[in-house]
Formats: sequence, C-alpha cells, structure tokens
Amino acid sequence: MKLPRALADDLVAHATEELPNECCGMIGGRDGVAERVHRAVNTEASPFMYVIDPREQMRIMDAIDDEGMDLLAVYHSHTRSAAYPSRTDVELAFFPKTLYLIVSLADRAAPEIRAFQISRTLPPQEAVREEPVEIV
Amino acid sequence: MSTVRIPPVLRPAVGGARELSVEGGTVGEVLEAIYAEHPTVRQQLVTDDGELHRFVNLYVNDEDVRMLEWLDTPVGDRDTVLILPAMAGGAG
Repeated sequence: MKLPRALADDLVAHATEELPNECCGMIGGRDGVAERVHRAVNTEASPFMYVIDPREQMRIMDAIDDEGMDLLAVYHSHTRSAAYPSRTDVELAFFPKTLYLIVSLADRAAPEIRAFQISRTLPPQEAVREEPVEIV
Repeated sequence: MSTVRIPPVLRPAVGGARELSVEGGTVGEVLEAIYAEHPTVRQQLVTDDGELHRFVNLYVNDEDVRMLEWLDTPVGDRDTVLILPAMAGGAG
C-alpha cells in the first residue's frame, strides 16, 4: 500500500500519544493509496493488547464506506517489539483480505511501519504475508 | 426466518450475500443453519474446540447477545442478527 508521509506521521503520533498502551484504528483509501486515518479507542487500554470497540468498529467501517473508500488496513502499535505480527495478532486475525499495519516504537528514534496479510485459518507457515508499505 | 446481516469479511464465504434469511429459534440455531449451508463460515468463527470464538460479536436488533442469553437468545421473523468479528490483537 502507498502511505502518504503525513498519514505515516499521524500513525506514529497516535502510537506515541497512547504510550504506554497500544493504539489502534483503521485506514481508509482508494486503489491501495491511504487517504484517511481513523483513530479508535483501545478498549483494553493495555501495552500488550488492543480491541476496537465493536460499535466504534461499525461506525468507522460505515464512515469509510460513506466516503466511497475501502478499508485498507487495521492498524495498531507494538510499543516494545518489532513491527511483526505476534501470535496474538495471528490468532485474532479475522480479516484476511484487510492489511494489518503495525507501528513499532521499539526504537523511539526510528519508528517502524510494516503491513501484513494475516489469516488465522491458514497453517502457521502460510498465515502471515508481508505487503510492502511505500511512504509517498 | 430471521435476517442475518453478513459483514464484508464473511460475504465470500456465503456466496457474496449481504443478508441471509435463516431458519432457527435461537442465535445458536441460526448459526448452525448458516454453517450447514456455508461450511467455511464455521472455520472463520469457531475455534478448534468447537466453541464460537470469544472475539466474535453477535447482536440481535443491535443488542449484544452477551447481555441477553448468549447463543440461547431467541430470534423470530422480525429479528435481525449481526455477526461482527472483532478487530483485535497486540504484542501479547
């Protein structure tokens, strides 16, 4: 996916503001180009876990739909580990066609953004496939 | 028959339908009827232990069935069931 620099900065800002907890939200866009970041509340308020409130999830999905965009990615932060799906991320990946974008603040001076297709129903060795994030 | 709203993520598993009309007197019976017709839905919503995944949310007429009678929540002809898998995860 293509991610405009301003949106990438917004994702890192969201992740930083939520410290020590993980942040989460969704990204809408068209033709693989991100256009809007929708911040969501992490109902777990935890450094190790995120859950988007289901009603907020519905509201944001409808908003993306109303704007004529596609849900390009669900995002969250890893505050101390790499931007790679954890076992929890794989176990809870119910959206195999949607990208899961991870912002890592493990190195606060050099935040990392990576995105993956994840499917909890595939065998472990096939469950995670990285999709390049091009900052434009 | 109740109406079941299918979120985009599950539509490929039910042949693209946005809504299904499904027989069943309870939420659990409605789910079983969908699984019988569309077996891949079960793979997406049910754990290896055969239980509905705890991160799958179910609503009857916008009420969370966890606040009602869970899978025993009765449904009728005028009711709408919504299946909504969670967006969740984390570093663990």
